[in-house]
Amino acid sequence: MPNTLYDKIWNDHLVDQQADGTALLFVDRHLVHEVTSPQAFEGLRNSNRKVRHPKLTLAVADHNVPTTDRSKGISDKESKIQVDTLEANCKEFGIKLFGMGDKRQGIVHIIGPEQGFTQPGTVIVCGDSHTATHGAFGSLAFGIGTSEVEHVLATQTLVQKKAKNFRINVEGKLPLGVTSKDVILQIIGKIGTAGGTGCVIEYAGDLIRSLSVEQRMTICNMTIEGGARAGLIAPDEKIFKYLEGKPMSPKGKNWENALGYWRNLKSDDGAKFDKEVNLKAEEILPMITWGTSPQDVITIDGKIPNPQNEKNEDKKNSLERALNYMGLKPNMAAKDIKIDKVFIGSCTNGRIEDLREAAKILKDKKIASHVHAMVVPGSGLVKEQAEQEGLDKIFVNSGFEWREPGCSMCLAMNADKLKPEERCASTSNRNFEGRQGRGGRTHLVSPGMAAAAAISGSLDDVRKYQN
Amino acid sequence: MQKFSTLKSIPAYLPIVNIDTDMIIPKQFLKTIKRTGLGKNLFFEMRYDDKGKEINEFVLNKTPFNKSKILIAGKNFGCGSSREHAPWALLDFGITCVISSSFADIFHNNCFKNGILPIILNDDKIKELSEYANRKEEIFVDLNEEKVIYGNNEVRFKVDPFKKQCLLEGLDDIALSLNKSKKIESFEKDLKSQKPWIFND
Repeated sequence: MPNTLYDKIWNDHLVDQQADGTALLFVDRHLVHEVTSPQAFEGLRNSNRKVRHPKLTLAVADHNVPTTDRSKGISDKESKIQVDTLEANCKEFGIKLFGMGDKRQGIVHIIGPEQGFTQPGTVIVCGDSHTATHGAFGSLAFGIGTSEVEHVLATQTLVQKKAKNFRINVEGKLPLGVTSKDVILQIIGKIGTAGGTGCVIEYAGDLIRSLSVEQRMTICNMTIEGGARAGLIAPDEKIFKYLEGKPMSPKGKNWENALGYWRNLKSDDGAKFDKEVNLKAEEILPMITWGTSPQDVITIDGKIPNPQNEKNEDKKNSLERALNYMGLKPNMAAKDIKIDKVFIGSCTNGRIEDLREAAKILKDKKIASHVHAMVVPGSGLVKEQAEQEGLDKIFVNSGFEWREPGCSMCLAMNADKLKPEERCASTSNRNFEGRQGRGGRTHLVSPGMAAAAAISGSLDDVRKYQN
Repeated sequence: MQKFSTLKSIPAYLPIVNIDTDMIIPKQFLKTIKRTGLGKNLFFEMRYDDKGKEINEFVLNKTPFNKSKILIAGKNFGCGSSREHAPWALLDFGITCVISSSFADIFHNNCFKNGILPIILNDDKIKELSEYANRKEEIFVDLNEEKVIYGNNEVRFKVDPFKKQCLLEGLDDIALSLNKSKKIESFEKDLKSQKPWIFND
């Protein structure tokens, strides 16, 4: 029987399967960060259990770390305890950690691929919903809760039920100024935030194949915003080339053997998908979110929806609630939305290509005087690379702040946050109420769109600034 | 883990769709290294004003809903972040059953690890049950029978058999998986020979 890529990875990791379908899956790679792990390590200690395979786990502090000068450590007491706790736990259980002073430190979903820890055909988990990012390498990668983190540490397995197969095909070529961020926002707008619930999404089609490794990560990253825990893309030569020579990639004979295995990782012809959606790349335009759910998308040429046009009472209430929170009026043009802040970074758009894309728009331009803008590179290595290319100077000359790596204002656990009613064009992944700070208003956009908004002082069309 | 078998309570009704885990417990409370003590911060931004004063109109601040053990909410409950702090906060507040027409996958899983029963019912039944919240009348949940009893009516729900057993008996699933150590070892042995690069050896 023809199998999907998800079927194949699933079958390849089955340790045990009960009659009711509950399975025990082997976990090849486990990423750990400071926020969702302390209670898991405490659980291990309380039950006198060990970490089964310390070498299959990699840890980093990212959510709480300051993005300004780090020489004095973390001033927030609770954040410091959490980061120190991670360090102590890694030491006690023998887990490799990239500490705050290590240039390899960064957002957990950026450092995995960067180090070659992320590999095709593996099962990768992390106590973080954006683990789906790693699916860009043809791995089955998904977020788990803290109890499951403890389970993986103790057993190197996870109790799972098989999800449904959902394929999203994107064919054609993207218009100028349109990026993979716009593609995934368009997809979420189309399927809704619960559209992928209970599914694993495979992204396919010639547009997806034409994307770079980093652009693929942006798409897989936001799979969770479409309700699916995992999104994946069949690996190809671009992926293998990306991984070759990375510090934790297989070496020598192992590399040759791994390549042989990886080259067979794709859905068979005729494999059955429970659900399928098709999109034409030519029809995708630069997108923004206007509301408080990632499915609240319109194009930059569009208008804010009017609740009066909505017949379903629940939907109408939810539109009104979102408009009220966002401080927007029905039928307002997207380009008339004035912004106060711009945030470029996060596991969605904090990689080198994202910074290049924004810098291209910002070169020789100044941001609007009322806008406060910052770039937070996804990792120390991204930061270093960007500085070698002179991107930091472009950002700083245009009026952006150039920061240290971390999750930063994507979820505002550290000092970087919006004040009530402040409005931000953000390259992150969630526009939930209070996500970037209590009362803060988030518009999700691509890095180029964020740069355009910074220059114009309002949400604007990146195509206007194409050089 | 705390066992779950039956539950009787006046339900609290929160008629909002897509309640995300940021709403259930905002990030400033994720800095804890404990599982307990989060109940006072459940739904923090809806529950307290800027000065930290309780907002009287919010359902969980009103009697008798401040003692509700059952929460009824709009579809796609628990979407967003994987933070298990969300079920921890519900549990610490005293809520051990959430009823919605759909749940986000990670949150749904996390509930079962903490003795919380998430029940999926269709929108019509949700509307019917919400009337009990409006009238401040109790409803009864029976996990073993897989039904919710309200007034003279009842509605059946479905729950995964393995998860049901774990809830009913309060089982520690790490211990259950460790009982399969032989199978894990044999899997690892095969893996080492077939895909040696996984272990970086």
